[in-house]
Amino acid sequence: MWRWLHPYAKPEVVYHLLGRWLPWVTLGAVATLSIGLIWGLVFAPADYQQGDSYRIIFVHVPTAMLSMSLYLALAIAAFIGRVWQLKMADWALAAIAPVGMVYTFISLFTGAVWGKPMWGTWWEWDARLTSQLILLFLYIGVLALYHAFSDNRTGAKAAGILAMVGVINIPIIRYSVEWWNSLHQGATLTVFERPPMADSMLYPLLICLLAFALLAAALVMQRMRNEILRQELRRPWVKAQFAAELTEANNGQKGQA
Amino acid sequence: MSTLLSVSQLASQRAGRTLFADLRFAVKSGDLLHIEGVNGAGKSTLLRALVGLVELQEGTVEFFPEQNELAENWRAHVLFMGHKAAVKTELTAIENVELLAELGGVSNVDTWDLLETVGLIGLEDLPAGQLSAGQQRRIALTRLWFSEAPLWILDEPFTALDTFGIELLHTKFAQHIAGGGAIILTSHQPLSWQGAQFKRIRITGADDAGF
Amino acid sequence: MQASNWQALKAVMQRDLMVVMRRRSDVLNPLLFVLMVVTLFPLAVGPGPDILGRIAAGVIWVAALLSALLGSERLFREDYLDGTLEQMTLQPQPLPLLAFGKMAVHWLLSGLPLVILAPLCALLLKLPMAGWWALVATLLVGTPILSAITAIGAALTVSLGRGGALLSLLLLPLFIPLLIFASGAVEAALVGTEAWPQVLLLAGLSLLTLLLAPFAVAASIRVSVN
Repeated sequence: MWRWLHPYAKPEVVYHLLGRWLPWVTLGAVATLSIGLIWGLVFAPADYQQGDSYRIIFVHVPTAMLSMSLYLALAIAAFIGRVWQLKMADWALAAIAPVGMVYTFISLFTGAVWGKPMWGTWWEWDARLTSQLILLFLYIGVLALYHAFSDNRTGAKAAGILAMVGVINIPIIRYSVEWWNSLHQGATLTVFERPPMADSMLYPLLICLLAFALLAAALVMQRMRNEILRQELRRPWVKAQFAAELTEANNGQKGQA
Repeated sequence: MSTLLSVSQLASQRAGRTLFADLRFAVKSGDLLHIEGVNGAGKSTLLRALVGLVELQEGTVEFFPEQNELAENWRAHVLFMGHKAAVKTELTAIENVELLAELGGVSNVDTWDLLETVGLIGLEDLPAGQLSAGQQRRIALTRLWFSEAPLWILDEPFTALDTFGIELLHTKFAQHIAGGGAIILTSHQPLSWQGAQFKRIRITGADDAGF
Repeated sequence: MQASNWQALKAVMQRDLMVVMRRRSDVLNPLLFVLMVVTLFPLAVGPGPDILGRIAAGVIWVAALLSALLGSERLFREDYLDGTLEQMTLQPQPLPLLAFGKMAVHWLLSGLPLVILAPLCALLLKLPMAGWWALVATLLVGTPILSAITAIGAALTVSLGRGGALLSLLLLPLFIPLLIFASGAVEAALVGTEAWPQVLLLAGLSLLTLLLAPFAVAASIRVSVN
């Protein structure tokens, strides 16, 4: 059943495949990002309650949603790496984790910035913000463990186990934090749970969601390519690849001179 | 003569360096296989790879290819001893041996007898941490006396042993092999072995095959 | 011939128990640590029963989490260094079972004493009587989770040789639900509502953790001896 996948497990093939897709994904990300953000930040109507400050959702909501998905992707990569012993999956893990962490941080940061005008405080122990903070800790844990090993393969495997333990824990953490929040009656201002959004706000938001997803994909793909090169540094195909690129660059320089 | 282990196309890299590639050999009952090589050539890695402690990049390791009932549960029929003695320094020699026997599934081991054989009588109730490296090694080596595993994989078994210990081990090896067992070992010392089926494999640590 | 699963489990547990019994300070020090942390709080926030009683459960639980981290490095370190761990992976018995044995001993020698120590801490922190049984119940069902998750972290970092700070980074986020439900249960008992739901929930989580953690620990051990 997995036979058709086999050629795609070769680093060289994946490297070139990613190289072919990367420009398109990057292009898509740039295009949707400019459309979504310009629409959202300039043309979408102001909120009748929050004025213009609500516009931060065009960054906040996509990054928050994707930070969760990226952790899930991380755990899936770890699972595949574990079960089928694919080193490619280990590298994918190393490629995804920092992107996910940055997204989580951005969502936290924008959440805090949004909280200032809404709640009058930079930090509120709101259930979602708290869960997001814990998610950031989980990302930091995975990355710290990965980098603690001098051998990347071992590091990826250890970090993978932690990611899987984390993904089982996330629903429990979310539930516990929500319960805790309801218990302590923290912020009751439910800006996050608004009535259905007007279409004029919803469409740019959806485009932004797509844009940030494409951006994450592009970043992960580029990181994955770097990771492949780093790991396969001593393989003949990398040397051949770079010999070609080096001569190309040299020729270009000569041409300029 | 049954095959206890068959290995084909074994390859291993560590930190981007090829330690060995396309290694193939078989171990039959009555064999003593001496793995040779300079420091860092990958002798220990090879032994650890055989029992699955180190992940293989390529190749297959088959234990007891002709005996299905053994192959299914090979861990019970292969004895591996690494550099580390797996002796608890807080426990006495007697306690260590008893626990090792219990983990090996051997009941009614005559602990005293064993300790006498390896020359540890008189030291049996001291914590192992107070014994010398060679003496701790002897505690671990008692496993060879009660184990019923046909295949022994020993990484530097002679380390820290004195002449008497080495002599003792040689005798034990001869016994094991005469009984139809087989041994794979690494050793810096040249082995003076008169057995008929003494084989050597030399790993050179073929550096940077990819370059 | 091969030891039965039960025999091997017994041998692993017996070995750990014997080793720790020769090093009793390893058991005592984390407990003394908890006691001292508990002593610090009245000195820091004042001895008034209204504040102390309110934060007592939280303080005791946070101290328990920290003390679990304190001793966790020892869980596999010696075994890793002296080769016991690699021999464990070569046992014919399932590794998760043997890992469970080690977790069980760890709980017996760190979790259970904490449960016994809890009333004393509650006394020092002036926790109202209504909260006592909830505190002891949450510690009883919660400390196994502590041991299990600690074991995962310890197994993951054992080959690094400098686990300490890294280990707390990995583990503390995973302890959060435990902390929330446990202190929530005590608080519920204090205000006179039912604390059973939280205790039962913790018991369920505990069961789930004990079911899954041995596999994670076993996988981590295999990665670490590599």
